Amino acid sequence: MPEIMNTVGIWLGAFFTFAIFSFLYKDNPFYKLAEQIFVGLSAGYGLIYIIYAALIPNLFHKLATDFSGNLILLIPFVLGLMMITRMVPKFQWMSRYPLSIVIGTSAAISLLRFLKSDLIAQVAATMINPFETKVPSEIVGKLMIIIGTICGVYFFYFSKKQEGIAKIPSKIGVYFLMVSFGATFGYTVMARISLLIGRLEFLLKDWLHIIK
Amino acid sequence: MKRNIPLILAFLAGLLMIASEFIPHRPFSNMVETLEDWFMIIAGFSIVLGLASLLQMNYQKISTKAENWGYHLSCVIAFALIVIMGALWGMEDQPGLLGQGEKIVSWLGKKPFDYTYDNALVPLSATMFSLLAFFIASAAYRAFIIRTFESNLLMISAVIVILGRTGFGTMLTSWIPESYRIWQLPVLADFIMEYPNTAAQRAILISASLGIIGSSLRIILGIERSYLGGDK
Repeated sequence: MPEIMNTVGIWLGAFFTFAIFSFLYKDNPFYKLAEQIFVGLSAGYGLIYIIYAALIPNLFHKLATDFSGNLILLIPFVLGLMMITRMVPKFQWMSRYPLSIVIGTSAAISLLRFLKSDLIAQVAATMINPFETKVPSEIVGKLMIIIGTICGVYFFYFSKKQEGIAKIPSKIGVYFLMVSFGATFGYTVMARISLLIGRLEFLLKDWLHIIK
Repeated sequence: MKRNIPLILAFLAGLLMIASEFIPHRPFSNMVETLEDWFMIIAGFSIVLGLASLLQMNYQKISTKAENWGYHLSCVIAFALIVIMGALWGMEDQPGLLGQGEKIVSWLGKKPFDYTYDNALVPLSATMFSLLAFFIASAAYRAFIIRTFESNLLMISAVIVILGRTGFGTMLTSWIPESYRIWQLPVLADFIMEYPNTAAQRAILISASLGIIGSSLRIILGIERSYLGGDK
């Protein structure tokens, strides 16, 4: 029986693959159906995943095994329930309490994380000596990192109008950003093409058995 | 009062997290651990809230028989189906309300939730994102026809990176002698990724982090309070 159900699963996957690809021709009922099923399944998957990965191990399991020892967990539980009151206009204000804790905590977490990894670490990594190597391409590359980073940051400085001579570093920053966006675009294209190849492989190998 | 207490709570939660970074001793370290656990639990409930809102929106469209209401019904059915399967028989090695569901696993080959994930959700998401490969091609064409120096830079670096990561790119420039190997497409692609790309990404990271630090401080200090909503 599992073999038959496996075949049914492959046919289901093939149907959904064609239904989504049919959008390349034009918007049609098959695409609309597959799109809505995708939304429904993703939302359901997210809910079940959160229950099993976060709520059960962190809350329900602890309360069920040692209720008196984990009484403090009733606070986030009640705050979580208060969060749901946002759906009832009359009691909407109650959701502000849990929301403020979530927002305050996540603001502090992101402040510390970005301060350490994205500000201090990145500035420190830019403080390099480009002439410590004898390889010309590396010297050019390291100079590019220093100039590109400084000019790029300068481009994002909006407090003062950039005109005249002050416009030059901003312009250099834009050139570096464009090269980077191009490289990122190239990488995205490659990633999407590999996904497309994956789907074609599924159709030709798993579904039709044309290739081995 | 309905606004001041949440502002104080946000300030205290933020202050505790920041203080623990500089004072990694008790009671701060314990309090932060507790607060992080609470954060996970409350965030879990907030996702439930988001999904409830999605269902509410779909319910409105179905009940008023709005245009394409049938498709919204399929969304709700798909949602209900996967939630029921996950709740009854669990996911992966997690048991559900009916345990591990050995009987249904022997019939399907895996748990119904995992079966639906593998045979419906994975093909749907992979195909949906692979569809972008076609639209990216048309976006590239649009960028090409804007003839400015910046757009040319963008397209040239994109083409070098794409070709440099394929066997075709290697084949095209393999005749270039070793002393000029920097002009071989794979080496050039690596150079772009390692130096100009790093410089620009670093500039973005530094600038964005400054912005995030500023807005986080505004939230903790109660200057930014739009998340509290209206005055009701």
